Amino acid sequence: MAFITDRKRATGLGAASGGTEHHWNMTLSSVALLVLVPIFVFTFGSMLGQPHAEVVAYFARPIPAVVGALTLAVGFMHFKNGVQATIEDYTRGTTRKYLIIAVTCLSYGAAAVGLFALAKIAL
Amino acid sequence: MGEARRGSRPLSPHLTVYRPQLAMVTSILTRITGISLLAGALLAVAWFLAAASSPAYFETIDRLMTSFLGDLVMTASLWALWFHTLAGVRHLIWDNLRGLDLPAAQILGWSVVVGSVMLTILTLLIV
Repeated sequence: MAFITDRKRATGLGAASGGTEHHWNMTLSSVALLVLVPIFVFTFGSMLGQPHAEVVAYFARPIPAVVGALTLAVGFMHFKNGVQATIEDYTRGTTRKYLIIAVTCLSYGAAAVGLFALAKIAL
Repeated sequence: MGEARRGSRPLSPHLTVYRPQLAMVTSILTRITGISLLAGALLAVAWFLAAASSPAYFETIDRLMTSFLGDLVMTASLWALWFHTLAGVRHLIWDNLRGLDLPAAQILGWSVVVGSVMLTILTLLIV
């Protein structure tokens, strides 16, 4: 049992004690995506609608493959954190928890599937 | 332990109680575009998975994504991506305590709106 006031317990911790770290993660991933997204748009965009053999050969190359993998990994984590902030803004209690769990599972799942696919194409 | 005493914390302000203005609308659109990008992102993942699986599966997904409806979704996603990117840059500028006065915020707001449309058209012309 801690003999400490609520005010003292909360001071310096930020929202849910992880607010500043969450914000910093968003800043970090947004700067990374600022570099990744334009390259991804033009690599992915130029291959959309191309024949299968050409797409597979293209994404076996290092830059398209690495940019694609990083964009999906960083992008889905950025999505997860961003949506979590939205959920925390508009819902509370059990609904909030279920939604955050669902978004987290979906984000990691989608990122993992994308990375698996890119690895399979590249190797 | 603190959970029980936390009570009902206030949620974000109701969206309908303010008169819409540029900074507010573009800020809300940042969230909406960010969340909507899930559709385009999942399509991209499906496309990669299809390419990794078989030519037949790839054919199906690729045709779906380059159909009229697919073009519509991908173009909307492209705009959402550029809008979210530019709005993100605006937030990075604001995080450094720059551009927070009304005239600057107004310019930044319109830059995001006009810039996102121009980048979308430019991308479609190049790709």
